[in-house]
Amino acid sequence: MSERKLINGNEATAEGAIAAGCRYFFGYPITPQNKIPEYMSEHLPDVGGVYVQAESEVAAINMVYGAASTGAWAMTTSSSPGISLMQEGLSYMIGSELPCVVVNMVRGGPGLGNIGPAQSDYWLATRGAGHGDGRCLTFAPFSVQELYDLVGEAFTIAQRYRNPVMILADAILASMREPCRLHERRDPPPGQPEWAVGGPRDGRPRNIINSLYVDLAEEEQVNLRIARRYEEAAQQEIRFVEYGADEPQILICAYGIASRICQTAVQQAMQAGVSVRLIRPISLFPFPEEAIRQWAERVEKILVVELSLGQFIEDVRLAVEGRCPVELMGRTGGMVMTPEEVTDRIVDGRGRLNECLTPGPSAAGRGE
Amino acid sequence: MNQSMHQTPTDQVKPVYTYPDSLTEVPLRYCPGCTHGIAHRLVAEVIDELGVRERTVAIAPVGCSVYAYEYFNTDAVQAAHGRGPAVATGIKRTRPDTIVFTYQGDGDLASIGLAEVIHAAARAENFTVIFVNNAVFGMTQGQMAPTTLMGQKTTTTPRGRTIEQGGHPLNICELLAQIPGVAYLARETMIAPKYVMRAKRSIKKAFQAQMQELGFSLVELVSSCPTWWRMKPLEAFAHIEEKMLVQYPLEVFVDKLKEANDSSG
Repeated sequence: MSERKLINGNEATAEGAIAAGCRYFFGYPITPQNKIPEYMSEHLPDVGGVYVQAESEVAAINMVYGAASTGAWAMTTSSSPGISLMQEGLSYMIGSELPCVVVNMVRGGPGLGNIGPAQSDYWLATRGAGHGDGRCLTFAPFSVQELYDLVGEAFTIAQRYRNPVMILADAILASMREPCRLHERRDPPPGQPEWAVGGPRDGRPRNIINSLYVDLAEEEQVNLRIARRYEEAAQQEIRFVEYGADEPQILICAYGIASRICQTAVQQAMQAGVSVRLIRPISLFPFPEEAIRQWAERVEKILVVELSLGQFIEDVRLAVEGRCPVELMGRTGGMVMTPEEVTDRIVDGRGRLNECLTPGPSAAGRGE
Repeated sequence: MNQSMHQTPTDQVKPVYTYPDSLTEVPLRYCPGCTHGIAHRLVAEVIDELGVRERTVAIAPVGCSVYAYEYFNTDAVQAAHGRGPAVATGIKRTRPDTIVFTYQGDGDLASIGLAEVIHAAARAENFTVIFVNNAVFGMTQGQMAPTTLMGQKTTTTPRGRTIEQGGHPLNICELLAQIPGVAYLARETMIAPKYVMRAKRSIKKAFQAQMQELGFSLVELVSSCPTWWRMKPLEAFAHIEEKMLVQYPLEVFVDKLKEANDSSG
């Protein structure tokens, strides 16, 4: 049984988590994601779950760390400044090989910034999880439905790889209402993973959750074990969607809400006479580099459209490895490009592919 | 595992003093004259006596006692610096059937982790904190802690702590005593057998408060650091008696266990 409801991204996040079996939420208020902790505080007790309002994002992620240590399906959500504060805890979770789900409703920054939509936490999400040689598996939805589905799947993925999963969304997705197909709420799987703490009962050996390895060679082995899980994720979890011309002159790379804008731009550019294809990565780490590399062999150029000034483009360039020019169209600080602005970058006045796609990041927002 | 390690050696010899079941036989890495070893043993004896080892989760801090997860023969989680009470909250809220204690030094609890411990107390979280206060950052080699005494020389107060440079010592128990979520709160020390017995009684009550779900419990143990105080162990104990206990007087600040037992007749 499933029902279709008009909900916003915050509600989809919260309900998606509960429906997937998440029963423990620890969070701290920050706009634009406050509806998530509100929803959790209202609905988790109905399903035997627990909501705790932490004293800070630092405490919230460490409560998640404790909950995950017992094998519980736990999550927290926040927005950019709060995610910065969670980096240490996430690093500990990676080092201790603990699963959890974290949702970042990205807002404009740096600093306190604003509550506008942004993608400027790309590096934070895909490179980050604080210090050390580990990363968060990162997925970026572009609709309320995809957000709902991904949050649910994220718990399974986090368990599979014993690693935090980051869902990277933004202020638009958080507040935007869309029809969303909801499935019935499931219980989390019964029992505890064999590594979980809860007391060494019935003579089982005691379990220790730890990320301290003073033996350097042992630490290297642990890091290599974690890295092998990322390699396995690169085999199993790569997700992307393509859209547009089969023989494109130009490829647009965009993710999340920016890719939504680019869908319209693809239609406009095609009508104007330029053949365009859009590739929309859903998994940002692992990154769909092979798919982008293959298109790089066949197109004249790649335009990267992102709500930041050149973060996502780095992964595209690493995939392309110089096979074709890769240019940036970025807006920042909570500002969003229109489809027409993207189209104008691609199509010149005579209906041909623009010679120069990007005047440079400093021109972003000036409407060239 | 531990039972086989602690078997009676022969039929004729009856052991009168052994490792508690709740301690592993991993050799402690603490400096000579440090009271962490006594504190570990007291906690382990209490866990044994309450019969809860098989459902206990220890939370190790960052500091000299970071290896607590190797010493306590229970499940264990190593927490980020100061975050023990948040981690304990996550464990206890998901597994209320466990017995959870954090073991934290004064850098971990009174400096970087002050918010976590105060809010855990305010939420009346049902776990126990063992707070080892030796007025110095031991593991990082003797820097000033929030609990460092006025005038005390450390590697970052080489001329002695002054108000101008380092402010005043922080009395954690006195801060926590006013919070209604606290069920048991005491400050103890371990410089002589009578104090050790007292300390053990308080630790036991703190765990009992947790088992009876009365709320947050904490026992502060005024402890020695001969290495970074640059004293011989006995001088360090004398320093505790003459100086530390003036700033940090021994007291049972809160005992709701007593109230709960009194009211139940």
